[in-house]
Amino acid sequence: MSLEKFISQAVSSWMSDDGPDSDIVLSSRIRFARNLDEYNFPTLFTNGEAEAVIGTIMERVSNTPIQNVGQLEMIKMDDIPPLQKRVLVEKHIISPNLAENSIHGACLLSENEEISIMINEEDHIRIQCLFPGFQLSEALKAANEIDDWLEEHVNYAFDEKFGYLTSCPTNVGTGLRASVMMHLPGLVLTQQMNRIVPAINQLGLVVRGIYGEGSEALGNIFQISNQITLGKSEEDIVEDLKSVVSQIISQERSAREALAKTSNIQLEDRVFRSYGTLANSRIIETKEAARCLSDLRLGIDMGYIKNISKSILNELMILTQPGFLQQYAGGPLRPDERDIRRAALIRERLKMESKEESGG
Amino acid sequence: MICQECNQRPATLHFTNFSNGEKTEMHLCERCAQEKGEMFMMNNGPGFAINSLLAGLLNMEPAFPEQKKEAYQAEQVLQCPQCSMTFPQFVKVGRFGCATCYDAFREQLTPIIRRLHSGNFIHNGKIPKRIGGDLHLRKTIDDLKLSLKNLILQEEFEKAAETRDQIRELERKLTAGQEGGE
Repeated sequence: MSLEKFISQAVSSWMSDDGPDSDIVLSSRIRFARNLDEYNFPTLFTNGEAEAVIGTIMERVSNTPIQNVGQLEMIKMDDIPPLQKRVLVEKHIISPNLAENSIHGACLLSENEEISIMINEEDHIRIQCLFPGFQLSEALKAANEIDDWLEEHVNYAFDEKFGYLTSCPTNVGTGLRASVMMHLPGLVLTQQMNRIVPAINQLGLVVRGIYGEGSEALGNIFQISNQITLGKSEEDIVEDLKSVVSQIISQERSAREALAKTSNIQLEDRVFRSYGTLANSRIIETKEAARCLSDLRLGIDMGYIKNISKSILNELMILTQPGFLQQYAGGPLRPDERDIRRAALIRERLKMESKEESGG
Repeated sequence: MICQECNQRPATLHFTNFSNGEKTEMHLCERCAQEKGEMFMMNNGPGFAINSLLAGLLNMEPAFPEQKKEAYQAEQVLQCPQCSMTFPQFVKVGRFGCATCYDAFREQLTPIIRRLHSGNFIHNGKIPKRIGGDLHLRKTIDDLKLSLKNLILQEEFEKAAETRDQIRELERKLTAGQEGGE
């Protein structure tokens, strides 16, 4: 398969589309945790109950389409090979937990992959909306519509005092986890993150890295989400997160301006060295690729590099993950083989950019 | 920032815990965090969930003070009538077995929930439309009462009168609904 075709099939709309403030906020996500009142939670339920949960949802849902969403495709974890599961995890469409540990886990996926409903994860139902850029309110609205639509057909476990009941007491109440992925190279380069992270924590929010083995902030990408789900309304949780994110955006912008003023040539040098590495290396590890991609994206945002599309960071961060590399290669790869493949894929992807440029 | 457990790797997970009005902070690297939460991990490696660690924290701090615990063990063990999960089991795994567990453990649960949610223990968000019943009505009335207060403060008396009538109307509906239901 050609790389162009592979990418066009592999890329979800949250990776490729532009959203508000998408120079800094890569994506916005809303997740609702819900359970059906008639079955035990996935912590304890039997195989039979797990099947019944899927059956209940399918039966009541397949007849009535959701407005503005279109057809949802059902993907059962038991039916797909491990590599395909891994790819779905790398695209943030399903959780590693659903892929590896669920009993009769499944996922209902919209065509543009913005909406996925996980079934039999830690809770019976996990509604997830993943939008490009800074669109938390929009994602909340979409998630609410799906939630209302589902509730017309199924009975949720709900308690007047505790709200929506979830397997884990950390999700009870709204069952809402709102999060954004932010690219913050300016704050990292100016060494402000160490100061900002504790400040964000004090506001009841959690900061973590976005991918890779641990949650180290590879590629200067951070995920920020709410910790508390009970006692505040959904709108308040989202508004609180939004106001913190807005402040971080403006701090990142001023950090970038300061960098451009005080160390313009050093920054330009760094950006072009990373560009050179990406364009020429024959072996590249995830960590180095992430660092260089972050530099390249910063260079694009700051105008040092023109004619390369902004979505390259989101896209290549995902496409150079082990699952995707192996899917592209068409079979399993050893880690050292992956590093060679990764370098080749990045080089080829960058060539596509220059082709488009000369073509246009 | 360096991980406070191993003092070697950079801390990538930062937790703030509020308990009895006191704030404690933890800064851990992924590996130490994982070790702390390991008993409760449903999966190792990249799928590490923040919830697992919280369940770990929940267990590390005993749900009861030490003396009380003994007295409690002498009593009958609290058990969910629906799924048979016991309260000690819940504390150990940090997960409920079913929706009824919340009812069965309600009394013991409230302090735990408060600890996890910065002192909050009452849901203040969305109510499901269909099964929510007159909860919706009561919530609308509460919201209207709040805006009535604000309107009076702003001396918008005409609007306040309208809101007051609305509240009365809804309260009539609520009592009518309750009587009709019985």
